[in-house]
Amino acid sequence: MSALLEIEGLRTHFFTRAGVVKAVDDVSLRLERGRILGLVGESGSGKSMTGYSIMGLVDEPGRIVSGRIEVAGTDLATLDEPAWRRLRGNRVSMIFQDPMMTLNPVLRIDTQMVEAVRAHNNVSRREALDRCRAQLSRVGIASPDERLRAYPHQFSGGMRQRVAIAIALVNHPDLVIADEPTTALDVTIQGQILFEMQKLCRESGTGLIWITHDLSVVAGLADDVCVMYAGRIVESGTVDEVLDHPMHPYTRGLLDSIPGRNVPGRPLSQIPGMAPSPQDLDQGCAFRVRCPRAREDCRVAPATTRPTSQRTLRCGHPLP
Amino acid sequence: MITSSLPLVELRSVSKRFSRPAGVAARIAHRLGASAPQGTVHAVEAVDLRVDQSEVVGLVGESGCGKSTLGRMVARILEPTSGERLWKGRPYEEYEHEAARSERLAIQMIFQDPYASLNPRMRVADIVGEAPVVHGLVSRAQRDEYVADTLGRVGLDPSIMRRFPHQFSGGQRSRIGIARALAVRPRFLVCDEAVAALDVSIQAQVLNLFIRLREELGLAYLFISHDLGVIRHVSDAVVVMYLGRVVESAPVAELYAHPNHPYTKALILEVPDVAARRRRYTPIRGEIPSPLAPPTGCHFHPRCPRAFERCRQEAPALREVAPGHASACHLNDS
Repeated sequence: MSALLEIEGLRTHFFTRAGVVKAVDDVSLRLERGRILGLVGESGSGKSMTGYSIMGLVDEPGRIVSGRIEVAGTDLATLDEPAWRRLRGNRVSMIFQDPMMTLNPVLRIDTQMVEAVRAHNNVSRREALDRCRAQLSRVGIASPDERLRAYPHQFSGGMRQRVAIAIALVNHPDLVIADEPTTALDVTIQGQILFEMQKLCRESGTGLIWITHDLSVVAGLADDVCVMYAGRIVESGTVDEVLDHPMHPYTRGLLDSIPGRNVPGRPLSQIPGMAPSPQDLDQGCAFRVRCPRAREDCRVAPATTRPTSQRTLRCGHPLP
Repeated sequence: MITSSLPLVELRSVSKRFSRPAGVAARIAHRLGASAPQGTVHAVEAVDLRVDQSEVVGLVGESGCGKSTLGRMVARILEPTSGERLWKGRPYEEYEHEAARSERLAIQMIFQDPYASLNPRMRVADIVGEAPVVHGLVSRAQRDEYVADTLGRVGLDPSIMRRFPHQFSGGQRSRIGIARALAVRPRFLVCDEAVAALDVSIQAQVLNLFIRLREELGLAYLFISHDLGVIRHVSDAVVVMYLGRVVESAPVAELYAHPNHPYTKALILEVPDVAARRRRYTPIRGEIPSPLAPPTGCHFHPRCPRAFERCRQEAPALREVAPGHASACHLNDS
């Protein structure tokens, strides 16, 4: 059986007046049913744009230049707009960082949810409402009947995000892409939402891509992890392999920057410098200017290697 | 810890209430004799706080717990509704006269959003140099030299002085905000979520800057954050707030090793940790209640796994449970 999601050599570039921005540059990844993949990177690393590319949401002046995205064996490049519409929100759905941007502020929750159900299913309004109610309680919303008749502004941030998650899941998609959905939320609310998402994936076999900048969230939630830097996946593998034995100096640096892993009060080990502007990237390893292990030959892009059967690495001088 | 010297900053039972100003309709109704209920938010309720010389106190809590309001009162941006604020043992009000200007400048604030807190129309040299010139710390002629010196201290190249804020990344803007605060030679910084908007690798750089400045200049901080990992790393002592009240305070190692209050325990449990794999989340139920209508008794009781009858009726007082470790929970009585 083919994987739920397979991406091969994806390049999403933006053609701006100032030059070509290679937001996603040769990304390949694979996700099986019922698994959770953490896509980790800092701002501008291309992690969100990878998600948008899968959803077919890349806008001008950007476009997918090359590469193949297959969802359950369907090559997305072959789809026309009606086929995309049947796929998005149905088989594949996305949860965004800011639920205030995803929910329409002038429509009640029931209107928005029923629309999502009936766009993809030939069911009566009454049956659609039943599904919505069931989905809302599944994501931990108490008294869903009352909540269905409310407007988004009547909810707290955490509740709004639950509603957005319920809408994304209401058609039982095969694949969910979650773009930093808990970043704006408090720790206790984040814990609740991670709990619900984990349960839903395990129970329904949904594949989940969790896009985040926070390695510690990925550690607790995901099965596999891809670390992105400047548009490329620099390291990937199972969470245990990558976080216990990082081989790319960037992954190591990220892990070491987390305050909880350092001796309190002592200076944190830090990655010097900052991420390069995606316009200035050359062919070489984009991390080399900040890398303690960089050598002369890092000016040439390192090829992707497979240190073990489940890992990929893009580094010429990996950590032992 | 017994110190002979006075605390740098002390708050005694400080409260802040925000009331919605009555609208036209409400004012007319009031004049006609109707008594409409007024919406009052108890943002901060009877908080005691103490920060010693060169000490870092971490203030932690979730959104709406009043930590920013408290920080703003310490930094003199907001006036408390009641309670007393002391600087070096004397009330803030005694520093209002002209001669005490340098004492007033000794408290500075670093804001959360490095995009919103810098004037986009001002050059870096003006952002950092305006206050020290106005307050007579340096002459206009020496300004650029002074600004260059201050920028160097926060790890910025002095050649950027002529640039505008939009030309910088988030991490650089943070440093500019810190340089602006340092330019008036403060003794004490209130840092309100100062690293929350930064990427992990940049956050580590800015935290290191805070640690270095503390060592070099002997600064004290009130470090406000929702991130328990950050708080643990930079603080000497930690104060935990929930819905306007302090629920627990302790030296940092003690708090993380022996949290007493159920809320603190839950918070520490919820902190994502790289070492915890495929964990089973056991979240505390519910959300922070609205401060417009806080629960009776202990504010945490609707979410508390161990709440009992007394928690619904009576607000627990902060009591010492170990040396230097105070907690407000009825469970400590039984």
